[in-house]
Amino acid sequence: MPRSFRNTLLVLVPLVIIAALAPSFYANQLLLFNVIVFLALAQGVNIIYGFTGYLPFGYVGFFGAGAYGFALAVMHLHAGPIAAMAVGAATSIVFGLVLTPLLRLSGPYFAIANLAAALAISEIVSNPALESITKGPYGVSLSGIFAPTFSYSVAVAVLAFATGCVLYLRYSRFGLALQAVRDDPISAAMAGINVVWARTVAWLLSALIAGLIGANFAWYVSVFYPDNVFSPDFSIFAIVFALFGGVATVLGPILGVVLLYGLYNVIGISTPQYFQLIYGLLIMVLVLFLPNGLASLLRRWGIHVV
Amino acid sequence: MLFDPVDIPAAAGPLLTVTNLAKKFGSFQALEDVSFDVRPGEVLGLVGPNGSGKTTCINVITGLYRPNAGSIQYQGQPIGGLAPHKLAHLGINRSFQIPKPFKSLTVRENLEVALKYGSKSSSPGDLAPLMDFLELDKHAGRLASELTSAQQKMLDLGRALATRPRLLCVDELGAGLNPAELEQVSDRLRKLARAGLALLVVEHLMDFVDRVTDRLIVLSAGRDIFSGSLSQATQNKQVVEVFLGAPDEH
Repeated sequence: MPRSFRNTLLVLVPLVIIAALAPSFYANQLLLFNVIVFLALAQGVNIIYGFTGYLPFGYVGFFGAGAYGFALAVMHLHAGPIAAMAVGAATSIVFGLVLTPLLRLSGPYFAIANLAAALAISEIVSNPALESITKGPYGVSLSGIFAPTFSYSVAVAVLAFATGCVLYLRYSRFGLALQAVRDDPISAAMAGINVVWARTVAWLLSALIAGLIGANFAWYVSVFYPDNVFSPDFSIFAIVFALFGGVATVLGPILGVVLLYGLYNVIGISTPQYFQLIYGLLIMVLVLFLPNGLASLLRRWGIHVV
Repeated sequence: MLFDPVDIPAAAGPLLTVTNLAKKFGSFQALEDVSFDVRPGEVLGLVGPNGSGKTTCINVITGLYRPNAGSIQYQGQPIGGLAPHKLAHLGINRSFQIPKPFKSLTVRENLEVALKYGSKSSSPGDLAPLMDFLELDKHAGRLASELTSAQQKMLDLGRALATRPRLLCVDELGAGLNPAELEQVSDRLRKLARAGLALLVVEHLMDFVDRVTDRLIVLSAGRDIFSGSLSQATQNKQVVEVFLGAPDEH
């Protein structure tokens, strides 16, 4: 059995089944939906950071662009939710294309510029002068299309797509090429790789995933404010979850989301007064003792991490 | 086999012709009026003191810098200013003075990615003989970052060879190698030349230059001042002055 097919069976199939069946066993569907959102976002971060080395501090910009693309299509074009999701995804891809020049920057310069871009698009959307188009800071209400069960199942499909993309990168020559570009762009060019093209593909793929799940989020909640969909928490959480699990693997970000987001909710419910203290300490300990994530620990024990 | 000897017709024209090449960084003239050519199967040494423009010359030929003036012809076609990956596809490649392998990938993956993206004519079956040629076969599954610096140099060379180059630029491959390793490396380079590759070798170690090259170009302050054999170079007053300083300076 080819490795890629075996890993699809091993990771993707159980993930989709669990995500699809979870609402039948656990009543808090909103929490489950949020888990899916973070799983998809963490895999999106994995593609652009894990495989190409760009840390997207403004990753939420794509999420918000997707959400507002969706909302505008519903409000002004009276589109159905699936068509509106396509508009949301296209919006984030266009935003990604506009930002491709940022890929010329390296390291922290890229991270800061990306953060600034996300803040800029958030400010534009929430400008009161654009109230007739985006509803400005007053938020959008799409109650006409509210359909939690349907939108939840579409989210499972988006999650399958995001995970499938990472599985492809993990076991394909293109994924290897991206890692080569991340390690040394000059050597990668001399290995015959079109570095600009490879980076752009990864960047847009990453934007597409955030845009899809952002549009999905807009559909699921149906009522939201700019601050909800452009919250920097989305970027930071997605990055922390992906790093905690271990990037450039498929399982790493999944482990990261399940363990850390799970813990986040446990602390948040049981001892909310100590929440930030405990969570902050935990992240510090991880950065100090496990900088390459859980996957590196497993690898040290000789376990192949899918 | 990968690097079997081939017959090169005596009348074969140059593979690479560099004419009046110039490169400026701000007001600093790194290369000025440099001209030379390399034929298939020939090993051309590029020597000169530090800062004379040897590496800059390779960087311009392999597309890392754009030339300011002059022309670079490869197989009769102008290639000046083409992107590095396009030059790699045309058959021009190089190793780096400080080896630059893909450190988080294994030795095998390092070579696989270059085999896949570097050349349409290479196949996965080329991997084993290539690792064998560079004696990396025992390290195939190790991460590139775990290799010794001599092994990293061979992996860097392997990444270049995986793209099936016809012109190979080698930047100070000998530096830091012990005598046994040097002999091995010079044998490998000679073998590549016999297989029809044109080699442009930048080197400081004169013993290595003597063993490997057919002909020399001496660069000084960005200009080519000499072309000929090493023994002729040692007789040339200007070359000796460039390396040792003019007698009246002492």
